[in-house]
Amino acid sequence: MTAPADKLHLSREHLLDLLKQMIRIRRFEDKCAELYTQEKIRGFLHLYDGEEAVAVGVIPVLEKRDRIVATYREHGQALVRGVPMTKIMAEMYGKQEGCSRGRGGSMHLFDQATNFHGGNAIVGGGLPLAVGLALADRMQGGDLVIACFLGEGAVAEGEFHESLNLAALWGLPVLFVCENNLYAMGTALALSESETDIQRKAACYRIVSEAVDGMDVVAVEAAARRAVQAVRESRKPYFLECRTYRFRAHSMFDAQLYRDKAEVETWRQKDPIVRFQEWLEASHLIHAQDVLRIEAEIASEIAGAVAFAEAGTWEPVEQLTRFTYAESALPADR
Amino acid sequence: MIETTYREAVREAIRDAIKRDTRVFLMGEDVGRYGGCYAVSKGLLTEFGPERIRDTPLSESGFTGAGIGAAMGGMRPIVELMTVNFSLLALDQILNNAATIRHMSGGQFGVPLVIRMATGAGRQLAAQHSHSLEGWYAHIPGIKVLAPATLEDARGMLWTALQDPDPVLIFENVMLYNMMGKLAADAGPVDIDKAAVRRPGRDISLITYGGSLWKTLEAATALAADKIEAEVIDLRSLRPLDDATIMASVAKTRRAVIVDEGWRSSSLAAEIATRIVEQAFWALDAPIGRVCTEEVPIPYPAHLEYAAIPQVPKIAAAAKTALGRA
Amino acid sequence: MVEFRMPSLGPDMEAGKLVEWRVKPGDRVKRGDIVAVVDTQKGAIEIEIYQSGQIEQLLVNLDTKVPVGTPLARLRVEGEAEPGLAAAPPPPTAPAAPSAAPPAVEALVRPPPPPISMGPVAAARARVSPVARRLAEENRIDLSTVAGSGPGGAITYADVERELRKAAAPPEGKRALWLDLGAMRTAIAAAMARSKREIPHYYLEHQVDVTPCEQWLTQKNAPRPPNSRLLIGALAIKAAALAARRFPAFNGFYRDNKFEPAQAVHLGVAIAIRGGGLAAPALHDADRLSLDELMSRMRDLVQRTRSGRIRSSEISDPTITVSSLGERGVEALYGIIYPPQVAIVGFGKVVTRPWVVDGAIGLRSVVTITLSGDHRVSDGHAGALFLAEIGRLLQEPDKL
Repeated sequence: MTAPADKLHLSREHLLDLLKQMIRIRRFEDKCAELYTQEKIRGFLHLYDGEEAVAVGVIPVLEKRDRIVATYREHGQALVRGVPMTKIMAEMYGKQEGCSRGRGGSMHLFDQATNFHGGNAIVGGGLPLAVGLALADRMQGGDLVIACFLGEGAVAEGEFHESLNLAALWGLPVLFVCENNLYAMGTALALSESETDIQRKAACYRIVSEAVDGMDVVAVEAAARRAVQAVRESRKPYFLECRTYRFRAHSMFDAQLYRDKAEVETWRQKDPIVRFQEWLEASHLIHAQDVLRIEAEIASEIAGAVAFAEAGTWEPVEQLTRFTYAESALPADR
Repeated sequence: MIETTYREAVREAIRDAIKRDTRVFLMGEDVGRYGGCYAVSKGLLTEFGPERIRDTPLSESGFTGAGIGAAMGGMRPIVELMTVNFSLLALDQILNNAATIRHMSGGQFGVPLVIRMATGAGRQLAAQHSHSLEGWYAHIPGIKVLAPATLEDARGMLWTALQDPDPVLIFENVMLYNMMGKLAADAGPVDIDKAAVRRPGRDISLITYGGSLWKTLEAATALAADKIEAEVIDLRSLRPLDDATIMASVAKTRRAVIVDEGWRSSSLAAEIATRIVEQAFWALDAPIGRVCTEEVPIPYPAHLEYAAIPQVPKIAAAAKTALGRA
Repeated sequence: MVEFRMPSLGPDMEAGKLVEWRVKPGDRVKRGDIVAVVDTQKGAIEIEIYQSGQIEQLLVNLDTKVPVGTPLARLRVEGEAEPGLAAAPPPPTAPAAPSAAPPAVEALVRPPPPPISMGPVAAARARVSPVARRLAEENRIDLSTVAGSGPGGAITYADVERELRKAAAPPEGKRALWLDLGAMRTAIAAAMARSKREIPHYYLEHQVDVTPCEQWLTQKNAPRPPNSRLLIGALAIKAAALAARRFPAFNGFYRDNKFEPAQAVHLGVAIAIRGGGLAAPALHDADRLSLDELMSRMRDLVQRTRSGRIRSSEISDPTITVSSLGERGVEALYGIIYPPQVAIVGFGKVVTRPWVVDGAIGLRSVVTITLSGDHRVSDGHAGALFLAEIGRLLQEPDKL
């Protein structure tokens, strides 16, 4: 293919941005872990360490008008998409200044301004939503791409098959981005799927599918450009399997009895940030002070987000039953 | 006035909605080529084409979720789940998405979706095809639940439901599709939040909905022969419940019997009885009665199915008990 | 110096057991280093430190289970002086300003939806709970006279019960005694049940030789026309009244958990009413009346009681009651105290018995008198003295 989409804009500026976005996610997740141990963030917390290249490689390729459906491990996606870090952090705290007014928490980040449709805590539950958003676009004659992030654990759910079938059957513009990190909570892929080659499953539904090294942000971006263009032009679904790894546990409260420390260490050697940074330094595309500047900017942004969340306010209890029904409709307590 | 059936009234409601609003489309199993499991959508595929009358694979969860997504994306879908029995496969999408997205997003995203389902027993379809689970759905905050029992409501509730910014579930009792009656030629949208007094009376309030309405009216006629004037209330909306109409009736009659085709335990009837105790306790002259389906999966043979679900004699007997005339 | 605390790792983690330290005092650590291993219900989890600095001191021993938030170690962060150089103890690191706790849930408590206004039909009916209505019907209580203490002024079971007690007990107001025997019986039932419920009764009996009384009466009555003759009952009442004066623990009221001795002795006389009724109106100042006065007042009282013309003060004033079953009665009568009184004296019928008199067996007229006493106020010793006093007084009828 020699279409323009193939040629990445490998300008220094763009590369620095890729690096910064990944570091930004990593530092944010780290801060969330710290705050969780201090009980500032409660409930469940699912962190993205190791998978940054997927969100950073895919999302900037989308247009602002496109829509995103994500999973409960969606902080990275939300950050890259442009949901303000302040609002994300406030949401994690449960403050009403959060992007979902504090009502959702870590697993339910929603943002209308950036067409970010959550934040879904039911594995596989977001896939039919993405199919529906694509159906609406098709019926309205639009040219949107609906990006649907899913883990490889979702392929066991019936809804995965129903959704892929519908998308292929009706020709719907869904870009399925499967983050295959080899573990569905504590169950290894090989122990739950007869066919572990995920992109083959999508291919069975006659969906164009490919797999890519999810630890290589440049490879992910290149694949995403191909995929997004294909969806936008063909108005047909596309399946992108990103092979990646989760450095931290499934959630904070996980003793990781199901996997080997040695395995984690092996994957850490492929840390997307470290690899990319080393490559950039070796290619003399960035300098040490670039990284320092990036880290400082990020540290400052995170500190600001934490301060914003700390200063945030609790929604008054009297408003408890709001947002159950539309405000202009009947009172919510009927 | 025209002579028509409940089925035709529903069909006309769908046709009218699709003609008037380009965002509306019908999606479900066998709604297109087959003409609908209960022949409700017969002819609509020819009239409106496959984009507006959309046959789906047997993927209740998938296409209900797609309906939710399409509603979030600006359309006004009518998802038809063939019956409430199969809706269980879509329960996750209905409860965890349709009912909760507005709340989880802090009010940013709503789901203006209508889901229609057939419900009820009476055709000897046995245990897996005879449920009445509208009471279960009425338990969930975030959705609305309707039970049209008359031709006017079958014709008029759909449009109002489609205009609602929140998900609305419409339950059509299978025994009503063939019901014939008269309907105004220009019948149009009706409200979807008020109960209706179908028969005024002063001795007892019989509170019911859906397929049981007609049995309850028949029971009221039988009771009148015994000089008992029953007031019959058609709930029409199961969530929200129209407390005001219910309580005004009980205040007047001082007695109530609730007729509900769900199983008795933890039924919608239990909810209504409790509301009456909370709001009209001092007006009661007798314990509240319930006529519900017996605690058994619906059996196949006719005589057992008949015995399992509410029937006219049981309703009349419950009314007499409340009046101390058993 | 900052504290490294036991982290929260999950919504249902309340405590953790430290099973391994990966650092020791003096070690330098940076943010993200694994410093310890904690055993939780899910297994052993490595915990990381979020501060960079030098471990100063480990605070918790291994294999101790501590709650989330417990300080596990102290860390000197970069930039802090070595210990010993600082003049003052290092200020504790201020934790991030804690956000105010979420607002209390009390704000949420909402009154239930108001009961609907019931319209003319229902409003005409008072709000009466079903169980109260039943009690009222069973006891013929007119609900329109009952004040309601339930929600919205509704009449409750307790309200009707209270009305019943009022009806049974001596009324405080100007309530007229009525001769509705059914209602009277119900009132008696309530009063007697309450008495038995609340008053710890004890019982004493004493057999008294009343031959002196009989002899004295025979002599006294001989010149009198029948309707002015004295009856032995009058002697009994006078003796009881005098004894009550001398033993105040049996004359008064037990109210509000304490006994109030009465100033006067108003002796209640139990009078049977034809048809099954019973009343015990007072002979006021019975201890001061002469026997003749006492006799005539008794006659008057009986007549008025039986025709329903009793004054309310006569019903409410007795400070002690005497009950006798007369000649058709039994040998001993154990009464039930009329609350709020604290004693009731019973006189059985006069019987002829073999008796020891002056060392020999003779026949005497004997009466068994009994005392039912309120053990909150008096005990058997006092009761015995009281009864003995009555017996002694009856040995000298001319002094009564």
